[in-house]
Amino acid sequence: MGEFKVHRVRFFNYVPSGIRCVAYNNQSNRLAVSRTDGTVEIYNLSANYFQEKFFPGHESRATEALCWAKGQRLFSAGLNGEIIEYDLQALNIKYSMDAFGGPIWSMAASPSGSQLLVGCEDGSVKLFQINPDKIQFERNFDRQKSRILSLSWHPSGTHIAAGSIDCISVFDVKSGSAIHKMHVDRQYMGVSKRKCIIWGVAFLSDGTVISVDSAGKVQFWDSATGTLVKTHLVANADVQSIAVSDQEDSFVVGTAEGTVFHFQLVSVTSNSSEKQWVRTKPFQHHTHDVRTVAHSPTALISGGTDTHLVIRPLMEKVEVKNYDAALRKITFPHRRLISCSKKRQLLLFQFSHHLDLWRLGSTVATGKHGDTLPLSKDADHLLHLKTKVSKMPAFLRSAVQILFSEDSTKLFVASNQGSLHIFRLLEGSFKHLHTFQAQSGTVESMCLLAVSPDGNWLAASGTSAGVHVYNVKRLKLHCTVPAYNFPVTALAIAPKTNNLVIAHSDQQIFEYSIPDKQYTEWSRTIQKQGFHYLWLQRDTPITHISFHPKRPMHILLHDAYMFCIIDKSLPLPNDKTLLYNPLPPTNESDVIRRRTAHAFKISKRYKPLLFMDLLDERTLVAVERPLDDIIAQLPPPIKKKKFGT
Amino acid sequence: MDSEESDSPQRVCNSFSSRCRYLFCVSGDFIKVYSTATEECVHVLQGHQNLVTGIQLNPHNHLQLYSCSFDGTIKLWDYLDGILIKTFTVGQKLHALYTHARAEDAVFVAIKKEKPDVFQLVSVRLPRSPRQDVEAEEPCLVLGYISPSPKCVAFGSQGEYVAAVRDFYLSVYFFKKKATSRFTLSSSGNRKHAKNNFTCVVCHPKEDCIATGHKDGKIRLWRGFDDEKKYTYTCLHWHHDLVMDLAFSATGGSLLSGGRESVLVEWRDAAEKTKEFLPRLGATIEHISVSPAGDLLCTSHSDNKITIIHRNLEASAVIQGLLDIVQQEYINDYGLVQIELTKAAFGCFGAWLATVEQRQEKEGELELQMKLWTYNKKTQGFVLNTKVSMPHEDHITALCFCNAEKSESPTLVTASRDGRFKVWVLADDSDIYREAVGWTCDFVGSYHKYQATNCCFSEDGSLLAVSFEETVTIWESEAWELRCTFCQRAGHVRHLCFGRLTCSKYLLGATENGTLCCWNLLSCALEWSTKLNITVMEPDPRSENVAAVSRSSGGSDLFVFKPSEPRPLYVQRNICSEEVRWGVFVPRDVPNAFTSEALQWLNRSQFYFLTASQSLLTFSSKSPEEKLTPTSKQLLAEESLPTTPFYFILGRHRQQRGEQADGASESELVQLPLTENVPAISELLHTPAHVLPSAAFLCSMFVNSLLLATEARSAEEMPDDVAMEEEEESDSSEEEGDATEKAQHADHTDAGDDLQQQLSQLAKCQEKELRKLRRVDYSWVTAP
Repeated sequence: MGEFKVHRVRFFNYVPSGIRCVAYNNQSNRLAVSRTDGTVEIYNLSANYFQEKFFPGHESRATEALCWAKGQRLFSAGLNGEIIEYDLQALNIKYSMDAFGGPIWSMAASPSGSQLLVGCEDGSVKLFQINPDKIQFERNFDRQKSRILSLSWHPSGTHIAAGSIDCISVFDVKSGSAIHKMHVDRQYMGVSKRKCIIWGVAFLSDGTVISVDSAGKVQFWDSATGTLVKTHLVANADVQSIAVSDQEDSFVVGTAEGTVFHFQLVSVTSNSSEKQWVRTKPFQHHTHDVRTVAHSPTALISGGTDTHLVIRPLMEKVEVKNYDAALRKITFPHRRLISCSKKRQLLLFQFSHHLDLWRLGSTVATGKHGDTLPLSKDADHLLHLKTKVSKMPAFLRSAVQILFSEDSTKLFVASNQGSLHIFRLLEGSFKHLHTFQAQSGTVESMCLLAVSPDGNWLAASGTSAGVHVYNVKRLKLHCTVPAYNFPVTALAIAPKTNNLVIAHSDQQIFEYSIPDKQYTEWSRTIQKQGFHYLWLQRDTPITHISFHPKRPMHILLHDAYMFCIIDKSLPLPNDKTLLYNPLPPTNESDVIRRRTAHAFKISKRYKPLLFMDLLDERTLVAVERPLDDIIAQLPPPIKKKKFGT
Repeated sequence: MDSEESDSPQRVCNSFSSRCRYLFCVSGDFIKVYSTATEECVHVLQGHQNLVTGIQLNPHNHLQLYSCSFDGTIKLWDYLDGILIKTFTVGQKLHALYTHARAEDAVFVAIKKEKPDVFQLVSVRLPRSPRQDVEAEEPCLVLGYISPSPKCVAFGSQGEYVAAVRDFYLSVYFFKKKATSRFTLSSSGNRKHAKNNFTCVVCHPKEDCIATGHKDGKIRLWRGFDDEKKYTYTCLHWHHDLVMDLAFSATGGSLLSGGRESVLVEWRDAAEKTKEFLPRLGATIEHISVSPAGDLLCTSHSDNKITIIHRNLEASAVIQGLLDIVQQEYINDYGLVQIELTKAAFGCFGAWLATVEQRQEKEGELELQMKLWTYNKKTQGFVLNTKVSMPHEDHITALCFCNAEKSESPTLVTASRDGRFKVWVLADDSDIYREAVGWTCDFVGSYHKYQATNCCFSEDGSLLAVSFEETVTIWESEAWELRCTFCQRAGHVRHLCFGRLTCSKYLLGATENGTLCCWNLLSCALEWSTKLNITVMEPDPRSENVAAVSRSSGGSDLFVFKPSEPRPLYVQRNICSEEVRWGVFVPRDVPNAFTSEALQWLNRSQFYFLTASQSLLTFSSKSPEEKLTPTSKQLLAEESLPTTPFYFILGRHRQQRGEQADGASESELVQLPLTENVPAISELLHTPAHVLPSAAFLCSMFVNSLLLATEARSAEEMPDDVAMEEEEESDSSEEEGDATEKAQHADHTDAGDDLQQQLSQLAKCQEKELRKLRRVDYSWVTAP
């Protein structure tokens, strides 16, 4: 593996935004997540929970509601009063439309997926028709006194329930009039002056309306009579979210105390058909408010102010006890936010609305293995760049990914129409050289680019189609790597050999020889033998691949929890060998070292690891972002009495 | 003469009779039947040869009770009459008993199988046979590998399944499917779940829901357990230490749980946020039982107490309970220093109670409190009168009331390690709002800064002896003047006592080094001394005798002697193998006439002593069979006064003292019971109006009945009261001690003539039983 001097960088001051909404799409098994800064992310739950798409946010676009409609269409609505539809192929905003009701607090697509309902600040509920190209306003429902904070459709599509402040209204969709208005107690078994906010409602097919509110109650209402059926007091603070499973046999609520409660419909006795809702398990995976929850057929999904997306599988629904049955906690984006200038020792950090440029510190001291060396020169913050729209060619308005060639003479830009542009960089100006048009029939944007060090080859990959390799000199498509079921998480082209190394979200790694247009021998061997089971069970994707300039047999790659050097010359590990073997002490005999050595050398010393690369042969730079530093920057959580204090 | 264990700690389960009239409690080899209204022990069901391990009402006849025992039998009782109906012999040690209505003439018992720690739940068919002793049929296995604790098995509401817990498993056996589902919690391998062990299980009376208690204080509610995959559970967590027992209310609307916190928790709707508490129950809750009708609950505690609680979580009665002296929340945690009650003494014939409690967390951080309680006639309990914080600067070593008849004001002396003794007297504490009395310090004495180790008043209260390490000082109580000192240089004086009656000129002192000295107060010289390692020394209030218990290698030995004679009257070697903590003479109401010389010391008083393991022992000349006759049919007089344990100990005796002393207090006391106790009135009020004779006829009868009854008249009407009046004034409760008790094994062999007449009208058997009437059976005793 070799010894390295490591720059351990902890000054990347990245704080993810809190999660505001999640929306689960059953058909595509995808999860849309919106954050408080307006960012929308799409996770593919089938592809090992990989974050495959990403729409950057904007300060003016705080989303309050997110939903899927017919045909995998994603809508969001926010406090700026606009409904936005996203283009999931081109990765940009298709259009935005003002609902003219003030800030929008809630949105729900009809069970058929053809209608969209929004609840506005002015107390109006507006119905929109979803047309293939756009949405069209249809009509207003009876206006309520205060803002509509939550909406839910009856599965038949004939009625809706709307949660407001201190009351829940049930509307008839045909007439648009409110048939019942159910008043909610401000506090359980008491009087409070604080208004009771209905944070969430769910309409079940048997006519039951479940509401969650700011007094910590989960209440069951009969919508036919407008009466309260049952109350569960689950929290001392707000219950902020609710999601019901498709079978309506279980639902989940999230509270401001960070607890998620699971409710299940259980038969009262085994030989009677009578069933009752029972609160079963509490889950405490969050420290802060759980702003939103979702219920997939096999898992409970929750997200909130503490920025984690938590996917808790339901053991009784999981068929095989594989790694899908494990709890997932997703904190960091599945893409690189950091780039590094090796020669100048600079790091560029990407934030949602600005960029930071830092120069690495340096040291003159030397030490033994494992020593911490004192800095002789501290790291410098050189530049803080805010977003600013400047004069750019019209076709370049939205770039999904940009990449410089190794010698900094060329710039490669992946635009949102699936095309790739090549520019030649001159002193103070640039010149458009060529555009590779998208493959016929696809408009999918390329999200990952890699260029060979000699500048001859450019590899580009979208979210689903295979990896395309272009010949930059001849300006034409060289070849396409055979398509694979799982999205690509990282790409790199090795120097000299021009082998393309591809990492997929299912933790598979392929090595493809660009000149030979085929997989390399090593890649075939490892596919034949299979990866170690522990390697396949890792739950964060590989986000960066690099190579050692002097050792062509080495591939360096990392995910959030480990850094790995693959030595292709060594034997591959099988399931019986220890995958994670820290370096044996140097005093061990060579025989033992050789016997225990295998191709994967893993270091888990740095975590959570956001970036790691070689600066030169003997120097590594590792960028960590400790979770404690993120929590320290979040607002304080609700104080809870701890036993014994 | 033999010594006999009077009352072993209560164990295993309680259970209510169907109409909540009776409470059953297993106590050693016996089953006690208590009345829930009066807390009286109504019957003792005896017949088992070994520990009783389980009791259950017969589900097919609610006037019958099943019990099982280590002696391998299941017995069926008629608990109303206290009669054994049948005995079924199983032939194996039975560890627990369960019944349910669906299983016709079969019961379920837990038995041990081969290996030491493997128990099985088996069903035993009880054959129908007219004979009294029946061999039960061969048991048939239901569930293997269960826990021997009766709390670890529970039957479902409809008898469709049985749930058993052990270690980390919950097993549910379905009778219809004949299949067992087993649910496992992650075990101790994982540190987070290290205390996941199951401790108890109960089933919901209406729904398919199983509640389990765990070692870490969690309660899990299991549902959907008929499907091994789809089962689910809810967690309720309040207890911080293990859950000792669980019970569902009769309707299943709430779940009750208890543990070491001594707090009964009610979980309404089995929800975490809607829970109610009944705190300060005194000691660890061992068992919880709910009456079938649902209006009463009862908890049994580790300090041998049963609390009966109303459905609205108000404790309504305590069987064998103690007064809450500390009156502070008990927080059970390891390493936490609790308040300890170290000294207690009754004074002035039960009118006062003095208690000392202390708490010492670190050296030099002593917290001391002395409380003085006065006896309240109305509530028949003690009420706090004076609280003295830090009465001394160091531990209080002795506490002693002046119990002389003629003393004007109550006097209390405390001796402490801080080298002082203090005299406390009752003084007027009235202010403009009320008249009141309170205790104040009257005198502080010391002797060369030695630590005071003990103190004692002479019989007439004129002299006070206080021992300061090796020296005994004698003080005159008139002016608190030091009269003389005795010093034997034989180690610190541990026990002190004045002789009584003819021996009142002697003072006895026992030292740590094992010397017993007797000084003559007239000559101020040592009369005699002997080598004896005394742990308990107690004078008999009715005679000159002094009982001393010494600790030797083989056990404890009892010596009874007169201070005037160095030769002991009676010696009993090895009365018990463990240390004797306390002893007390309880004067007999009727003197016994033991002719044998060795037993003459027992003629006037009965001697009781308490051992380190909290067994209360006494001397008796009767064979065990005679003593164990059930108390049966107590003719309970309805009194208007609350029947607290103190009432039985102090109330009746004090009532008589009051009658003799002054008429004023008598009228105050007697008037209340009259209206209710006169049979004529109760007859009048309880007879339907349409069968009553005309009002004119009734009037004279009614007026007559309101006239004060004479002694003879009340005796005729209430034979129970006759015995009471026969009792002479009793000083039993004046004996200072942490353990005051009055387990009267008094044998009323010759009750009054009136009683005899009355008895002749009763049936022969009843007459026999009435003679051996044992009035009060309150052995509510704990060690300090």
